[in-house]
Amino acid sequence: MSTSNEKFDSPLSDLELPTAIEPPADRASTAILREIVAHLRQRRAQLLEAWASRISEAGFLTAMSAEEVLEECGAMYDNYLAAVETGSSKSLDSYAHELSERTVTRGVGTHEVVGTVLLLRDVLAKSLYAEYGQNQDNLTRVLGAYGPAASRIATMVAVGFVREHEHIIRQQQEAMRKLSTPVLTIHERLLILPIIGILDPQRARQLTEQLLEAIRSNRAKVVVMDLTGVATMDAPVANNLVQTVGAARLLGAEVIITGVSPELARTLVTIGVDLEKLATVGDLRGGIERAARLLGYKVVPIDETTTDTATE
Amino acid sequence: MQKKTTILQLRNYLVATVQTTLVDQDFITLRDRLVSQVGNSRCTGVVLDVSELDVLDSFCVRTLSDMARMIRLRGADMLIVGIQPGVAFSMAQLGLDLDGVPTALDLDEGLAYLDSKSRRSSGRIPAWH
Repeated sequence: MSTSNEKFDSPLSDLELPTAIEPPADRASTAILREIVAHLRQRRAQLLEAWASRISEAGFLTAMSAEEVLEECGAMYDNYLAAVETGSSKSLDSYAHELSERTVTRGVGTHEVVGTVLLLRDVLAKSLYAEYGQNQDNLTRVLGAYGPAASRIATMVAVGFVREHEHIIRQQQEAMRKLSTPVLTIHERLLILPIIGILDPQRARQLTEQLLEAIRSNRAKVVVMDLTGVATMDAPVANNLVQTVGAARLLGAEVIITGVSPELARTLVTIGVDLEKLATVGDLRGGIERAARLLGYKVVPIDETTTDTATE
Repeated sequence: MQKKTTILQLRNYLVATVQTTLVDQDFITLRDRLVSQVGNSRCTGVVLDVSELDVLDSFCVRTLSDMARMIRLRGADMLIVGIQPGVAFSMAQLGLDLDGVPTALDLDEGLAYLDSKSRRSSGRIPAWH
């Protein structure tokens, strides 16, 4: 299976997807394919059973129940034969797409689906051997027609499956990107920017953009950037962070950094950060208190404020 | 010479607004105009609005911080407002330092800053009010 994985490592957009199985070259091979399909249809029950047992032997599709596997196999069998017979991959293509949609979310791996299709190819080929094996000429013609068609189908299913995977990954990345850096207003002119997870260069750039835009749109004076959820970051990203703080200051906002981990502290000192330009406070609570002071507020217990006003 | 910057007097502040992209010579001209006007009108503060500028290169930044020092010597504070987020980030990336010249988001913020500063330093409300 590793070879098929390597094959699809390249971006799929660059890959030519066979939209149709090439029609058989001549009338004779069309007739042969018809004959093959008729033969295989006739033996459907028997071959299905053989196929299902091969699947369970190989340990594929364990995420599905036995009935589901049988049902899925039946559907795949029919679609497969239809594709071999007509040379049109349209129905198989949409079936493969639908199949991937259903199975990807259930944790069925690409290697299982591709392996299953390849098993079907083998099972059918074996049956054809048994049927046409006596006559060498016949066998050559039959396998000559069947082989390419079967290979193309297997490729198509695999590509469809991987494409579905990529689609899901892209969607999730998009969702994560949107969710990854919320900028929260907790007080007039005070923003909080909790950062959780790994800061890669792309996310750091996005964070910079979002922060600067948020400062402008909220007219923020103070931003508390909480890095408690960031274990470490590499030097370029840390540098980017320092630059973001500098840029925020040019927009008239003070950035207070909180929750710096030991690793991050080490990185920041290694890149030679100017501590005059980077205000850091131990934890988020301290950061918010510092921010309130910068904004000219004092956080005091309620009864203290009432006595304050009473004495005034 | 056509004016690329307008200088208005607002209360006891000067407000200079850059209208269009400036070349190096324009910055020098602006510097000279501001430094001379700030003494003539007994201003306590100068706000320079650069929101129309898409680029602030090392020469500009240098001229601006020089300008701020000269204005300081003439008895007023200078403040830069309206730096675009993108410009701010590229300045930070290039390590261009305004050398302690205060900055604010926009004109309103800048004037508020100067107000609070003059209140603090004089300890009384300016006679004008």
